[in-house]
Amino acid sequence: MTSFVARRDVAILALVFAALCAVPFAAPGYKTSLATEMLIFAILAMSIDVLSGYAGRTSLGHGAIFGIAAYVVLYTVTVAGGRPWTGALLGLLAATAAAVVFALLAIRTSGVYFLLITLALGMIVWGICLRWTSVTGGENGLRGSVRPEWIASPAAFYWFVLATTGAMAFGLWRFVHSPFGLTLRGIRESESRMRALGYDVSLHLFVGFVVSGFFAGAAGVLYAFFNSFASPATVSLAQSVEALLMVLVGGVGTLVGSFVGSIAIISLENFVSFHTERWPMVLGLVFIATMIFAPEGLVGRARLVLARHSPRNP
Amino acid sequence: MHRRSFLKAAAASAFALPFAPRRASAADRGPIRIGLLSPLTGVIAAGGRELVDGFNLYWDQVGRKAGGRAIDVVVEDDASNPNTALQKARRLVEQREVHMLVGDILANTGLAVAEYVKGNGVPYFIPVIAADDLTQRKRIPNVIRIAGYTASQSTRPLADYALKNGVRKVVTVSQDYTFGHEQCGGFCQVFSEGGGSVLQQFWHPLNTPDFSPYLPQIQSLQPDAVFAMETGADGSRFIQQWANFGLKDKIKLFTSMNATDQSIIRTLGPEAEGVISAGHFCEGRDDPANKKFVADYEKAFSKLPSIYAFSHYSGAMWLAEAFKAIGGNVEDRPKFLEAVRKVKLTSSPLGREVSLDKYGNPVYDIYIRKVARRPDGKLWNVPIEVYTAVSQFWKYDPEQYMKQPSYSREFQGIKKA
Repeated sequence: MTSFVARRDVAILALVFAALCAVPFAAPGYKTSLATEMLIFAILAMSIDVLSGYAGRTSLGHGAIFGIAAYVVLYTVTVAGGRPWTGALLGLLAATAAAVVFALLAIRTSGVYFLLITLALGMIVWGICLRWTSVTGGENGLRGSVRPEWIASPAAFYWFVLATTGAMAFGLWRFVHSPFGLTLRGIRESESRMRALGYDVSLHLFVGFVVSGFFAGAAGVLYAFFNSFASPATVSLAQSVEALLMVLVGGVGTLVGSFVGSIAIISLENFVSFHTERWPMVLGLVFIATMIFAPEGLVGRARLVLARHSPRNP
Repeated sequence: MHRRSFLKAAAASAFALPFAPRRASAADRGPIRIGLLSPLTGVIAAGGRELVDGFNLYWDQVGRKAGGRAIDVVVEDDASNPNTALQKARRLVEQREVHMLVGDILANTGLAVAEYVKGNGVPYFIPVIAADDLTQRKRIPNVIRIAGYTASQSTRPLADYALKNGVRKVVTVSQDYTFGHEQCGGFCQVFSEGGGSVLQQFWHPLNTPDFSPYLPQIQSLQPDAVFAMETGADGSRFIQQWANFGLKDKIKLFTSMNATDQSIIRTLGPEAEGVISAGHFCEGRDDPANKKFVADYEKAFSKLPSIYAFSHYSGAMWLAEAFKAIGGNVEDRPKFLEAVRKVKLTSSPLGREVSLDKYGNPVYDIYIRKVARRPDGKLWNVPIEVYTAVSQFWKYDPEQYMKQPSYSREFQGIKKA
């Protein structure tokens, strides 16, 4: 039932969107900026989910692609003196270019080898950002306000991010539900069978990876606008892992799960760290609990439970 | 009350609430809220704990009161990560409404927070963040280095001391990041301008597990002395391997102050004894204020204080003086910042009268220190020479000095012979 959206789902989506629009009024100040961050990371998580959930290729290099975009935006605006939109465009281009290189090297592999090769590629980017001090600022990173004037206020920026996220989520949803997306799922289920049916598996994976990298780059551009700062931590393995955890907690192969995961993890980080400095431990326990009790992720679990209790689908 | 009129009243009061004056009278000003950022997790978590302990120790000693107001310290973990530091700074300012931010240890976390407060004018005090340019070429009026130091400030007297003691050829070993570039640059510039030569510079990544690739190379260069800039675990590994390779009594070893800081030497043995460094803190110095601080800290936490505890203890003292001067009215930011800049600490662990130069960095005595054994067997740093009133610009003219580039791996200020 994925080829069209039920009227009920549209109503729910509209309600959620309206509620999200009201965030700057209901929770101004810090909470709005937290919500902005959640949306940005949801885009990054979705870009990973497209690969891991639909093509069966889990990437640990998306944090690096995300970070490249952020670096390029900051470099263009603060060092080269360009305009924010020029920076955004160049950031997207750089991220997509990086995704092309990553894809060419990684698509030949699958499973744990794919994981490792994307990890290695991400580490290379991290190493370059750390050592190429004259361009990247080394350990200290690049800093400076790069947000365009008309979205300078936190509320305006939030709405801008919300609109962008909405558009991107729709784009990705269309993408994974297109015949192309179905092919990706076919590849996930059986690569050899798809090949026997005459599909060019490598080309499909390549395009899938580049599209996913483009969205990770878009998240990186927004993050640069949001944070005014990029450092090796932005492209580090920890960044990739955090986004992947959001996908896992939310639910792999659901897209919506990326939002749920991003909200869950960022709020956990913020509220738990306020009560105890052992917050990474609490976070770890939550992950373990999720893996034991809801290995499909929160959204996946919720769907299962709903399906079980729904009289129409016994 | 009818349901409808109740609703009306509730709505009216809810509407009026934001417009009600928040602070009715001067007597009811509430506490001064200080946001303290510290790496309680991550690579430098041990130092982060001591930072918080040192800061709180002072406020506990004065009954958590200064300038007629209570002091409320809100601690947040920056996780040794600049992105987290930024997020937590935002939260402290926007949600907890702190009047000022204090803290951070790693330069990248401090620089991230400095960029944030540049936009909104929140006072930010950095007793440990040593990045030169924060009080030089890229200074921000509301970022002040109370009780802190710039990276190159303490290594310049050390170079001068080395020259005076007959050292002519050095090799430097340093962690490859900005703090290292700057500490090494200060040393190399003064050393080469004084007629010494820098034979070679080794840069190694943070967290180098093994120094054996470097040590034989150093030996074959036959320097009079080695200057090692190390922090954290690299510091203890370097000092241990230096002794294991039998270089300890052959080549003189000078280090940055972090390499022989208590956070490192309290776990070391005889290999650390005799190592010479330079710093504004010297736990074995015979001075009433310093002795009192060291004794109090040791009593409270059963260990000798590190630079992180010391800096934030002195930083708290500095703030308390400023609060007193303005009667606790920290809401008036320009006045508050002015008061902080005017503070003269006369009796603090920092030693003689200490005040800020006009760029927001303190001027104080720098001690050449040597690691020695206390009667009870614990290692500590004792002073062997003092350089009085050392500023971040050493003997250079500030404006002239700031025309040269910032120190980096490429630019170390080395004068060609």
